[in-house]
Amino acid sequence: MLAYYSRLALRSLRRNPMLTALMVLTIGFGVAASMTTYAVFRAVSGNPIPDKSAQLFKPQIDNWGHDNGRSSDEPPDAMDYTDAMALMRAHKAEKQTVLYPVGLSVIPANPQSRPFLANGYATYTSFFPMFEVPFKYGGAWPASDDTQHAPVVVISAKLNQRLFGGANSVGRSMNIEGNSYRIAGVVRSWNPQPRFFDVNNTQGFKSESPEFWIPFTRAVDLKIQTWGNNNCNAGSPPGWVGWLHSECVWLSTWVELPTAKAVARYRQYLEAYAAQQQQAGRFHWAPNVRLRNVTQWLDYKHVVPQESQVSLLVALGFLVVCLVNTVGLLLAKFMRRAPEIGVRRALGASRYEVYRQFLAEAAMVGVAGGVVGLGLTALGVLGIGMVFDPDIARLAHVDVSLMLLTVLVAVLSTVIAAFYPTWRAAHVQPAWQLKSN
Amino acid sequence: MLKMTHLSKVYRTEVVETYALRDFSIDVKEGEFVAVTGPSGSGKTTFLTIAGLLETFTGGEYLLDGADVSGLNDNARSKIRNEKIGFIFQAFNLIPDLNVFDNVEVPLRYRGMKSAERKRRIMDALERVGLASRIKHYPAELSGGQQQRVAIARALAGSPRLLLADEPTGNLDTQMARGVLELLEDIHREGATIVMVTHDPELAARAQRNVHIIDGQEVDIAEEPRFHADHATGSHA
Repeated sequence: MLAYYSRLALRSLRRNPMLTALMVLTIGFGVAASMTTYAVFRAVSGNPIPDKSAQLFKPQIDNWGHDNGRSSDEPPDAMDYTDAMALMRAHKAEKQTVLYPVGLSVIPANPQSRPFLANGYATYTSFFPMFEVPFKYGGAWPASDDTQHAPVVVISAKLNQRLFGGANSVGRSMNIEGNSYRIAGVVRSWNPQPRFFDVNNTQGFKSESPEFWIPFTRAVDLKIQTWGNNNCNAGSPPGWVGWLHSECVWLSTWVELPTAKAVARYRQYLEAYAAQQQQAGRFHWAPNVRLRNVTQWLDYKHVVPQESQVSLLVALGFLVVCLVNTVGLLLAKFMRRAPEIGVRRALGASRYEVYRQFLAEAAMVGVAGGVVGLGLTALGVLGIGMVFDPDIARLAHVDVSLMLLTVLVAVLSTVIAAFYPTWRAAHVQPAWQLKSN
Repeated sequence: MLKMTHLSKVYRTEVVETYALRDFSIDVKEGEFVAVTGPSGSGKTTFLTIAGLLETFTGGEYLLDGADVSGLNDNARSKIRNEKIGFIFQAFNLIPDLNVFDNVEVPLRYRGMKSAERKRRIMDALERVGLASRIKHYPAELSGGQQQRVAIARALAGSPRLLLADEPTGNLDTQMARGVLELLEDIHREGATIVMVTHDPELAARAQRNVHIIDGQEVDIAEEPRFHADHATGSHA
């Protein structure tokens, strides 16, 4: 019967091409507006590390208090060197890392190639397993390289392509700012969005992938300054060592806590550490610490841009308006066929069959609306850069799942819109229709 | 075949109750050709729509093929309409978007019949009404008489036990009306039960029995019913 109803639907839609086109365009525009904004929303609000977002935690310690008239009760987003190193030394989590962004000149071995600036991170080896960084060749450097401040590096596949033509470069050396580094691993394309592990310096989104990672200990030895934010509540003592021992916050610290028990224990440890600092006279306030997992951290930082949420809501509202219009158009179309419904009912069609026939017709309108919506969504995604920040706009893209969702939303919403018109059609009184003929 | 006893149908509004049928009784035996006559507004069509299970009644009893139909739900009523009843309307009521073949197919579709069986029945029915060569034509391309023949083919295709006809020649000229009537008589001779509503005395005279309705009630009429059997033996009524 479905094939029969599909054939009837096609015939019916062809009979009133203008009305059909109007319905299809209405659905198409409504769905396209929703899907375009959804493409952005999906890109910015997705879970960047779904397997572990509940196990990775960002500790925060309030090392500023209410100095300098600071009114917030929240600890600073980043951590100073003293506290970060204390956490690393305590080693209270299964895995832990500290990181900060660096920008360094890479000097190719080929003298004809010019040096170029590359962005990367100084971190510990735990960074790679904690954040599930995928390797193409080799792997993370051993933990001993962290303690020995070794000149090792992990590079991106893109940088590997540029320097070594994509060959397996593990074990080879590269020159960064005049220092030779041994390559421990090559990372596949990896750029989680939002960049949850470095929200402090990216506002959550950065379209360029990190190009290299070097040991944190080595970077500190070489006095490599952060390429990100450095916030101080007071002036820092002079020199590199002075800065390291200041209360300036510039480091992101992450710990991996696989169980609720481990989380509770770590929270206790943070409290105890802050209390200890208070007793030592460094903090003049009660312990004020936070321990947020990835999702909580992204929520707290409002990483999803508010304009993305608002535009999605507005677009959904537009879709509802389009659907209300579609209800009216379908009602007019279906009720015009009341005589036909009367005849079909007289010839044995139950109300259920009338529902099936007319919902099949609505679904057909939905499919056509979905196809139009696909084209309009593609155009919308192309033009999204006019509304959103380019780093965010670049994240929005049309893939198979979005295409399927577009058609699905079009069909479902049209079928839902068709329920009332179909209900009216199914309740046409055949006797009245046949008498009035 | 069709037995109504003390049947009533009341249309109620906030201010008035209108009896379309009042204490109406009729008993149509299997194989009968009965004409239900009466002036406009007398309740003929209401009787027909209730008989065809297109409308419910307010009081009384209605047995169709021996079964009480008063408590049936929509599905059961639709199934009976589809399997036991054929309708022929004054306005033909063909679906304009469907060609002749597809129009005749409609009731068979709701019966869930296999394609080959549907096709055989459709072609048989269309041959019987003389329109087998017009299967691709649309209703608008046919004369009134031809359209009514298609409607009759549609009614016959499902082999109904009961044919209900509402002024079947009302929209036709004399010649076409004669052809349609002869077709109905042929169908009756083959054993179908036909109940025809008409206000045309000449048409009613071709039936075996007349039932006259005025103001929703059956009334006796002085005239003797003229039997369809006369026609079969050659003495036209």
